[in-house]
Amino acid sequence: MSAWQVLSPGVQTTVQDQGRHGWRHLGVARAGAMDPSALAMANRLVGNDEGAAGLEIALQGPRLRLPRACRIALTGATVQARWNDVPLPMGRPIDLPAGELALGPLRDGARAWLAVAGGIATPAVLGSRSTDLRGGFGGVDGRALATGDRLPVGEVRREVAIARQPAFPAWWIDVDDPWTADRHVLRYVPSALPAALMLAAQVWRTHPNSNRQGVRLRGTGLPAGTGDGVSEPVAVGTLQLPPDGQPILLLADAQTVGGYPRLGHVIACDLGRAAQLRPGEPVHFEPVTLDQARSLAREHAYRLARLRIAIAQRVQA
Amino acid sequence: MSTPRFEPLGDDALLVRFGERIEAETNAQVHTLAARLRDRSPPWLRDLVPAYASLAVFFDTDHAPASDAHAVVRESVEALLADPSSRSVGDTGLHEIPVCYGGEYGEDLIDAAQTLGCDTASLIARHSAPVYTVAMIGFAPGFPYLLGLDPALALPRLATPCTRVPAGSVAIGGAQAGIYPRESPGGWRLLGRTPAMLFDAGRAQPALLQPGDRVRFVPIDEATFRHLAASP
Repeated sequence: MSAWQVLSPGVQTTVQDQGRHGWRHLGVARAGAMDPSALAMANRLVGNDEGAAGLEIALQGPRLRLPRACRIALTGATVQARWNDVPLPMGRPIDLPAGELALGPLRDGARAWLAVAGGIATPAVLGSRSTDLRGGFGGVDGRALATGDRLPVGEVRREVAIARQPAFPAWWIDVDDPWTADRHVLRYVPSALPAALMLAAQVWRTHPNSNRQGVRLRGTGLPAGTGDGVSEPVAVGTLQLPPDGQPILLLADAQTVGGYPRLGHVIACDLGRAAQLRPGEPVHFEPVTLDQARSLAREHAYRLARLRIAIAQRVQA
Repeated sequence: MSTPRFEPLGDDALLVRFGERIEAETNAQVHTLAARLRDRSPPWLRDLVPAYASLAVFFDTDHAPASDAHAVVRESVEALLADPSSRSVGDTGLHEIPVCYGGEYGEDLIDAAQTLGCDTASLIARHSAPVYTVAMIGFAPGFPYLLGLDPALALPRLATPCTRVPAGSVAIGGAQAGIYPRESPGGWRLLGRTPAMLFDAGRAQPALLQPGDRVRFVPIDEATFRHLAASP
């Protein structure tokens, strides 16, 4: 097994897969890619199972030394990627000779995902390789990458042909439809709370103090009840209303229970958009019914199904 | 069993709510339903998250083929609740958790006793007397919220949370009792510390305590704490 060497870690680069399931009753978060579909499609592009682990890159990527040739793919927000100063594109399989892979700043979003053929092979913990930053386990010692880390890369079925330059096809995929996916609009199913529909009445801004656990929103405070209620389970996508009236949207690293009243839930297929919100950006919430949420989820599933077919046809060719 | 209310918790979970208060009877209903769902283990079941008065049922949307998965899960829960062979949670065994009270192990013990108007010995005696129930686990992996605290021992939380509560700290926050599995920030009053490892992601069964389990605190001295902490 070969290992990539981390020359510089980026802002917050973590090992993630599709998340940890089956342990929520013990307070274990889902963790996993903030946009599971984007990582799943990156995995498909390099011939992995969708559940393989890759890297999640936030705002500014890492520099990595690759001791061997490999196949990678990048999805999510556009990242300035270079192999020994050769620019690399998004959304397609790229065969890289050994060398240095430098991932720079991200444009038009906050997160990107990198998959490598064979997957990042850090040990699975509780059935997943995802980094649980709050729990301090999974990935590389339960933390973001640091300079000097070594990232084991799994064995591949088919070795990449040794070339002198990166090789990639002319086609690419967009995981989200670039014409309709607007990260500034998040659709949600409102709860019965009186303030639930008021969420949609103003434009919110993301607070810089946001992370993988949740996005804090800033705006004209919503009327909140007094004090905490009895703690109840919460989910990835739950919109909480703390006493200060400034909502919090819970994301991949969300805790499992919470005492704040709930304004509703952002639909699962829009959580990938929420992952792309940069600090201080405007966000608008659009209420949908549960039925509309289901049909949007189906649309998203069809889109992924079409992408899988498209990738399979091209990658085999 | 009382009739619960249902509420969707996002795309892939249903919240079953038995009440709005922290009380033993309601919590027992939550654990009974959780145990029965686990026994039945329908193919769509992904996670069950018991809380004080509610249970979240997470399902795998790929295995709930109907167009309205929430309704399928709800019908299944209602059928279980209507089943006359309804059983309560069996005896789950009693965990004895050793605790070294006071001193550097529980730095709020003296203040807490003063606030409650008693001496530290009687505070320790009253804290270690009851059999607690793990009402739910949350806040952090393996953090048990315990039901059964003597109501007279309720202590207000710190106005400003402490940034570093040591792992194993046994604490009271309001009318709730709990144990911090890992060093973390926290706003509860620290009475003592246990050498027991409450959560280790590397173990096949990562959490020492499961939701619904019963717990008693056993006071130990410093030497015993060090001995137990040194022997894994």
